[in-house]
Amino acid sequence: MIADSSIEKIFDFIMRLSKADQTEALLFAGSSSLTRFANNRIHQNMNEEGVRLSIRAIVVGQTGSASTNDLSEDSIGRLVEAANKMAKISPKDPGFLTLPAPLAHTGSAPFSARTAAFSPFERAEGVKLMVERAKESSLVAAGAFAVQEAKIAVANSLGLIKTASLTDAKISTVFTSKSSSGYADAYGFAAEELSPGRLADQAAQKAWLSQDPAELAPGRYTVILEPAAVADMISHLAFCGFGALSFQEKRSFLNDRMGKRIVGPNVTVYDDALDDKTLGLPFDYEGVPKKRVVLIDKGVASGLVYDSYTATKDGVSSTGHGLPAPNPYGPQAQNLFLEGGDSSFAEMISRAKRAILVTRFHYTNIEDPLKTIMTGMTRDGTFLVEDGQIKQGIKNLRFTQSILEALSNVSSISAETELKETFLGCCTAPSLVVEDFNFTGKTEF
Amino acid sequence: MKELAELALDTAKKGGASYVDIRLVRVRKEALSVKNGNIEVIGDSFDQGFGIRSLFNGSFGFAASYELKPEKVIEMARLSVEIAKASALVKGDDVILADIEPKVAEYRTPFKVDPFDIALENKLETLLGLNERIRGFAGINIASASLRFVRKEQIFASSEGAFIEQTIMMSGAGMEAIAIGGGEMQIRSYPNSHGGQFITGGYELVDALAFEDNAERLAKEAVALLAAKECPSTRTDLILGGSQLALQIHESIGHPAELDRALGTEASFAGMSFLTPDKLGKYKVGSPLVNIVADATAERGLGTFGYDDEGVRASRFDLVKEGLFTGYLNSRETAAALGQKPNGSMRADGWSRAPLIRMTNVSLLPGETSLDELIGDTKDGILMDTNRSWSIDDKRLNFQFATEIAWRIENGRLTEMLKNPNYTGKTPFFWGSCDAITDNSSWLIWATPNCGKGEPMQVIETGHGASPARFKDIEIGVGK
Repeated sequence: MIADSSIEKIFDFIMRLSKADQTEALLFAGSSSLTRFANNRIHQNMNEEGVRLSIRAIVVGQTGSASTNDLSEDSIGRLVEAANKMAKISPKDPGFLTLPAPLAHTGSAPFSARTAAFSPFERAEGVKLMVERAKESSLVAAGAFAVQEAKIAVANSLGLIKTASLTDAKISTVFTSKSSSGYADAYGFAAEELSPGRLADQAAQKAWLSQDPAELAPGRYTVILEPAAVADMISHLAFCGFGALSFQEKRSFLNDRMGKRIVGPNVTVYDDALDDKTLGLPFDYEGVPKKRVVLIDKGVASGLVYDSYTATKDGVSSTGHGLPAPNPYGPQAQNLFLEGGDSSFAEMISRAKRAILVTRFHYTNIEDPLKTIMTGMTRDGTFLVEDGQIKQGIKNLRFTQSILEALSNVSSISAETELKETFLGCCTAPSLVVEDFNFTGKTEF
Repeated sequence: MKELAELALDTAKKGGASYVDIRLVRVRKEALSVKNGNIEVIGDSFDQGFGIRSLFNGSFGFAASYELKPEKVIEMARLSVEIAKASALVKGDDVILADIEPKVAEYRTPFKVDPFDIALENKLETLLGLNERIRGFAGINIASASLRFVRKEQIFASSEGAFIEQTIMMSGAGMEAIAIGGGEMQIRSYPNSHGGQFITGGYELVDALAFEDNAERLAKEAVALLAAKECPSTRTDLILGGSQLALQIHESIGHPAELDRALGTEASFAGMSFLTPDKLGKYKVGSPLVNIVADATAERGLGTFGYDDEGVRASRFDLVKEGLFTGYLNSRETAAALGQKPNGSMRADGWSRAPLIRMTNVSLLPGETSLDELIGDTKDGILMDTNRSWSIDDKRLNFQFATEIAWRIENGRLTEMLKNPNYTGKTPFFWGSCDAITDNSSWLIWATPNCGKGEPMQVIETGHGASPARFKDIEIGVGK
């Protein structure tokens, strides 16, 4: 891993070389390893060492950016020149005032030295344990065991410099029988704490329970959504408009709704990278300290996440949610939380008269971001729950459902929450009971 | 570079690898986009590195680094063997690679104008001009336009003696108009959503797309959609425009025809396939009009190249012949498992990823009727165009797509515009209901520049030739 002293030298070289009014440098370095298995054997297994250096140059409100993974002096010189040239020919953006000034941050990114040194043989041992459990249960295991170590550093010509090191690891697995499948995953900063045996047991149980699934007609049902499905739904909601850029461009579902009740009073959603239950950086990719932002407070639309550009436009402070430049998506909430309630998963099952239990969603996509209408499929463990018991597996269903409507129909929230990796970052989510969830189609398995 | 390649092969072989390959890759990308008169993205990026794949005791290992130095090549070659040894701790049958003739060859994308030779100022002027034309139209809230160019240089070398140099040039361009009002947001994109149209080729794409001629129409349609009637919820005959049909082919035929999915190796993530090996050559996936080919040699297709990332020469072959499922996209490993010949479908997203089976240009061959004739022949139906949303189950059966725009067809004529259209179906029934495909005059290889697959995620460029086609009795207006 590249040393902090080497990063400082690179940043110093860039700041001396750049002729722009303001200059920002962002460096990612790290290694990632991943062992994939299927059909009860490892079929792909990789390790990557990578680095990326990006520069943002500003000349009288004009911005240019360039990036490379060649850290030689010649290459960095060309990079600085390219970013400066792009800035000079760009039209001036009246919305841009300045890069962020240095501010002290609190907290640190989660890091496990043991995880950073995790070997391919240790990953293989974890996979072996899961595959053996699958074989013992006459099931077939597939999945991935991923481990990463990363260093992120950002500096700008206003004197800001920040560095953080972090690790993360994830095991996901699907056990299949001839007619069913079951999913389990675990995500955290420490590979050594992921417990592949427990995941194997969960996946095996779901695969066994859902064998010979029955067919259920599409329609509106009470659903019990496990944390993986809830995290997927909340992440898609976030992408529909928790970022200030989408709000400023009037393409957020929160437009004209700020301060108003948009979902049930039992729903609170926030973003907090510093919470122990998530994996977050203490600062964003502009070096701004991360703030906790309540986005939906007891059902009321209450906040947005900002980077320095969108904050300037609204006359507020950045909340530390900037992505690497150039960033067409605007600031994003990458450490989401749906606040836990006072129920438990076991209670949700035992109290259900008739409900569909969903392990996870598949291929969710937004059809209408203002109305928050999503569609997608259930996958790897969908069950009919009747009279307080998981009755049997059912064939997978398609939903076409407004997320805001679903969050207005939440009748129960578990106290337990789980951290899930999502397409945006991660989300810590409980299980939910949602009434009148709209299933619009079915499939053959 | 050749020395580094030889060093990798020698080191891994000395470490006990029975087969080794290395790819050394250099990629330059340029991206520009403007939105409402401001720069949204102006960026130049450079990326280089190498990835080594070693086979030891019947299992694969892969190691990659950005540092093009002999000592790093030695380290990664050794690591790839170590990783393969770890893989062998949980092994099934030994990996067997189907035989190929190792090639020493070179391939370069043909193009007329090198996009990296066009001054940035000129590119920006083009984008800002287009942006202004769309923005100037009353009712438009967001106007954007973008250009993207990629030059990828790669050396592939294997322990079997292959040494292949390739330079792939890709160019892309698109524009978008968004109108917002009354709690609605309507989007129109040209020539396609998801960034526009992309080819293997040069800057000549930008002139060929005639953006200026389409800017006003695009803006008018976006505004008109706000006031248009909602797409009804019913069953009807559906005509899909070429770009939407291209994504339909991609999701419901292309992915299920990937042999790794069919054999279960994507089971936990992307999913498996309803096109299981027992169906090969026996299963009707569409009507007799449906002929689908995979063609990595197609001129200008975004999935066009000379050799795949196992050194197999690009080829054209049938996936569906007169409705019958006849072929898979394969790799050397999966081809051997089914006793097939490798057909050149293995590609990796850059130097840091091991290759996977990927679509090339998977295309529906044109029919014999013109689009005007097809509309004229439709008594009651809907025409949908330009993708807005896509979703399909993990065996690629139940799908649902939303498009940007639709028109009602009544007595052979396009009548009113409809907003928020979507449709759903099950793959073999949907393709089985195809009763007309339009001819060559409206056939184009559309691009899907962002096909995701695998863990870690790999994004790759694919192409899909399509011309508008009609499908009978389709469920539309889902969830209304």
